[in-house]
Amino acid sequence: MGLKAILQQKKKAIVKDWIDLVIDTYPGDSSKFMKSKGDRFANPVGSTISQGLDALFDGLLNGDSREKMMDMLDPVVRIRAVQDFAPSQAVFFIIYLKKLIREKLKKETKKDKIADELAELEFKIDELSLLGFDVYMGCKETLFSIKANQEKTKIYKAFKRAGLVTEVEEIGPEPGELNI
Amino acid sequence: MSDLPDADEFIKIDHSTPSTGWMDTPAKIRPGMYCYASNYRSVEALGLPNARRWNPLDDDWQIPDNWQQIFLEGLQERLDKFRSLKIFMDICVRCGACADKCHYFIGTGDPKNMPVLRAELLRSVYRNDFTTAGKIFGKLAGARPLTLEVLKEIWYYLFQCSMCRRCSVFCPYGIDTAEITLLGRELMNLLGLNIDWIATPIANCYQTGNHLGIQPHAFKDMLDFFVEDIEEITGVNCEPQYNKKGADILFLTPSGDVFADPGTYTAMGYLILFQFLKEKYGLDVTWSTYASEGGNFGFFTSHEVMKRLNAKMYAEAKRLGVKWILGGECGHMWRVIHQYMDTMNGPADFMEVPVNPVTGTVFENASSTKLVHIAEFTADLIKNNKLDLDPSRNDNLSVTFHDSCNPSRGMGMLDEPRYVIQNVCNNFYDMPPSTIRENTFCCGSGAGLNAGEDMELRMAGGLPRANAVKHVHEKHGVNMLACICAVDRAALPDLMDYWVPGVDVIGLHELVGNAIVLPGEQERTMDLRMEPLPGMEDEADE
Ligand code: SF4
Ligand code: SF4
Repeated sequence: MGLKAILQQKKKAIVKDWIDLVIDTYPGDSSKFMKSKGDRFANPVGSTISQGLDALFDGLLNGDSREKMMDMLDPVVRIRAVQDFAPSQAVFFIIYLKKLIREKLKKETKKDKIADELAELEFKIDELSLLGFDVYMGCKETLFSIKANQEKTKIYKAFKRAGLVTEVEEIGPEPGELNI
Repeated sequence: MSDLPDADEFIKIDHSTPSTGWMDTPAKIRPGMYCYASNYRSVEALGLPNARRWNPLDDDWQIPDNWQQIFLEGLQERLDKFRSLKIFMDICVRCGACADKCHYFIGTGDPKNMPVLRAELLRSVYRNDFTTAGKIFGKLAGARPLTLEVLKEIWYYLFQCSMCRRCSVFCPYGIDTAEITLLGRELMNLLGLNIDWIATPIANCYQTGNHLGIQPHAFKDMLDFFVEDIEEITGVNCEPQYNKKGADILFLTPSGDVFADPGTYTAMGYLILFQFLKEKYGLDVTWSTYASEGGNFGFFTSHEVMKRLNAKMYAEAKRLGVKWILGGECGHMWRVIHQYMDTMNGPADFMEVPVNPVTGTVFENASSTKLVHIAEFTADLIKNNKLDLDPSRNDNLSVTFHDSCNPSRGMGMLDEPRYVIQNVCNNFYDMPPSTIRENTFCCGSGAGLNAGEDMELRMAGGLPRANAVKHVHEKHGVNMLACICAVDRAALPDLMDYWVPGVDVIGLHELVGNAIVLPGEQERTMDLRMEPLPGMEDEADE
């Protein structure tokens, strides 16, 4: 049996550990909730992580395209990019898949053929990890641009359309007055 | 194994549940999750305590030395005054039914955003100083003394609650965390601990008449500009009346509709509706350039400030001598009217029980406050066949509806907006039942949290809402999120940009304005945003 077949066989166990690994980065009460409920509307974080990782695992085995992989990474990373995580903590789970796979494949990895295939898969996981940073940065850039354009796109734009831009600044606090 | 260091050590991923209980896990104030401190000039303008420069990230918040006394006496006063607070402090059985219902908890994964725990932050202090069990058993009875660290924690989480009341729907005792938050924020204001996104708008509203501090002439200039645009689109002049004494109806709307996109298009919709009704039925509506704010950020500060701002609207109605007030698409404005106005400034006996002059419908529900929601008003007009509508003009839109917390949960307005939407456009798809109507998820930016600096909080808190929009976007091709709240119109575009690109935000009366066929109008080629109407792409270019 080749590596792909073995991984397909053990998928359930590996993906379960993978999901738990991510969900356990949340405090106890929260992770309990995220694991407990399947409803994607009541529990979007838990269900996005479960579905996302399941799909990513399949994508890895099937050799899905870069675009497809990024699309699958996006929902999971997008959530973690606005939560209380350092960038490394937000995307750590991708590279950790290597560890989980090795744990579950202790016996098989001894075989030469599998060892070669595994090295290849691990390189792919490394690549995926780099894609994770691209997605993460993309999310942060969106956040920054939303922040930067906030005033401009709403109030300023409306005033500009009406030709009334001159005095807008006067009503806000002077620069340096905001306690930031 | 190898003698190399374990990889875990680099990333420091915490795989385990923290062993400390919530009381012993201090809060860390994180940028992106809190709003900037109130500008001292705004605090001064309002005559609220302890105006000074301060920064939530500093160790020293520069509060008076006797801050504990001020806080606890303030709490005592409110426990005596508001029976609800006393009950909410005493009766929670910590059943957990509310725990996973808050969008901030769901989105941030922070347990202190569970409604039960949010309330417990204050309740623990209450137990410590106001209950015998707490005084004797202390921590065993869930009590803890009010230290500076505790104060900061309470502050941090009071401003991560949008007072949306979703949790209260699920609480078997009807405990309303939003009320606890309002009173908690009152206590914070006694120490000068407000945020600027609230303090400056209320100072502006108090001094100038609206949250943005825009003066009467600029208010009129903006409406004049809408009139020009509408004339270009429809060929009809929709010039409104301003400050007209003796008009039948005073129209009040949040200033966001006049000054911020995409609310501005909603304002154009109001103008078109009023013009239609004036031409056909002689409706006599006036706008006010003085009471130029329907919203009330005072509601996010204290009962007293809320009352002050609310009183201005009624003073203007009295000055103009109108029969009743029609209110635009706003969220918390309705909560204030529906829930507080009557006991604060009401009953508004100098006005008449509102009657729709076009249909004869009596708005019994507003018989005391004299303030009718425009969604209700328009639904009544449509029900009585009083409007000429061409819903096909909205055919390029596939619409879903976000129930804003305040009109839906706060006052029970669930069907009227949907009824209007279904009459003015042909493609409407509701989001899943567990995410709409009474169960609606907050936009994540309510109760004064719609700032730029707390974007991570807003995006995480808005996730459950966005997630449901994404579902109808993917399933039905929904490209427009309709709402009847100015905070939503400001907040949801950001939320969509982050979570569901390709979905834009629209006010109910923008849809109405597109669909209304005005007497004497030219053939329209553009919608109110001056985008081509369906099938008119070539004409609009010319
Ligand atoms: S009122 Fe809304 S934001 Fe506040 S705790 Fe309840 S569900 Fe959360
Ligand atoms: S549902 Fe009500 S009683 Fe139960 S924990 Fe929440 S607030 Fe307390």
